[in-house]
Amino acid sequence: MSISSELSPAERGYVHPEILVSTEWVAQHLNDADVRLVESNEDLLLYPSGHIQNAVQVDWTSDLNHQVVRDYLGKAEFEKLCSRIGITPDTTVVFYGDKSNWWAAYALWVFSLFGHKKVKLMDGGRLKWEKEKRALTREIPKFAPTDYQAAQERDDETIRALRDVVMEHVKSKKPLVDVRSPLEFTGERLHMEDYPNEGALRGGHIPGAKSVPWARSINPEDGTFKTAEELRQIYQVEQGVKPDDDVVVYCRIGERSSLTWFVLTHLLGYQKVRNYDGSWTEWGNLVGAPIEKP
Amino acid sequence: MPFPPKIEQLLEELDFFDDRMERYQALIEFADRFQEAPASISGPRPFPESQRAPRCDSEAYVWTEALADGKFKYHFAVENPQGISAKAMAVILDECLSGEDPELAVNLSHDVVFSIFGKEISMGKGQGLMGMIDLVRIQTRRLLEVSRVP
Repeated sequence: MSISSELSPAERGYVHPEILVSTEWVAQHLNDADVRLVESNEDLLLYPSGHIQNAVQVDWTSDLNHQVVRDYLGKAEFEKLCSRIGITPDTTVVFYGDKSNWWAAYALWVFSLFGHKKVKLMDGGRLKWEKEKRALTREIPKFAPTDYQAAQERDDETIRALRDVVMEHVKSKKPLVDVRSPLEFTGERLHMEDYPNEGALRGGHIPGAKSVPWARSINPEDGTFKTAEELRQIYQVEQGVKPDDDVVVYCRIGERSSLTWFVLTHLLGYQKVRNYDGSWTEWGNLVGAPIEKP
Repeated sequence: MPFPPKIEQLLEELDFFDDRMERYQALIEFADRFQEAPASISGPRPFPESQRAPRCDSEAYVWTEALADGKFKYHFAVENPQGISAKAMAVILDECLSGEDPELAVNLSHDVVFSIFGKEISMGKGQGLMGMIDLVRIQTRRLLEVSRVP
């Protein structure tokens, strides 16, 4: 039997396979005017050190986050960003990046908040592209600026959960998926292993949350996603989270959970999944917020 | 406490760049100069965990070589090919601390990471680079203590 990373995205049984493109697909669309490649990384030096030809950089801190308030950019700033990278609402934006596409999925999720429909993720991200020894360049592409008009104001309800919504979610005993590491889930640590214990005053997890570390969705050897069958085994069979459930996912600041939001929504076709981007750095500091800790 | 003189000089040079991409480009030029520790210093792979920088997912390793004049030379390896920032940090630490007063290394502040790479650096990446500094400080302090034993 083939391992999932040897299968193309179309062969893995996803509900929406068109959301995922292979490195080969990207290689064949490097000069496609209808496609814009967007690289989003944790390491800010990675893009300028070498990126896929014609890819632009969208940085999670300086481009997607509000620079003062803990929140995302507003509609006008999003339009400015999209105009700067030369896209229109008809452009297919293909995201990829480091860390198994954490930040790429995060960027894709933010673009979705503003109703940009034509989004895709490059399966395996930078890791797979580099492992295949495909070309990288340091040449920063220049695209003519556009006058991008967003489809909508930022939608903070459909795929995003704010803390009051999460509080009601907990009271209603609806499913939550905690994608942090096992030690963060149990409260032994307030951050990933080897990271400092800072950012939250309390450890543990939101009551009722299921622990499914984000990395379980990924083939570690090349960063590709596991097959739909393997993913269903994890989320539906092991954890009992069903496609028609109202699901909230969270991590520490909402980036790892963006990847799980992507898996549940686009690969498995769950109908209602929201990313709680306040995540543990908000919940673990919130006065009076209920916490479960073994 | 101010940073070591060579780091202060580097920061002055980086301050010339108004555009963040130009600043990143300057840092990448440091990464491009990265040379792995010679086998005579590092020994064969796999490198010992005791030399591995804590919290660094770029898998950076640090060795401190005592020179004849009481100064030290810093050597590094970065096993993750995507560890560009770690390579830049390694070259900066080597070029700014090797052959200098060892106390500059012992007292190097974590703040230098933010001064060089910017406050927008992610917590994960920043912690990894600080882990490299931790190991430089610890190894230098240990060698100084050994050298002071009568």
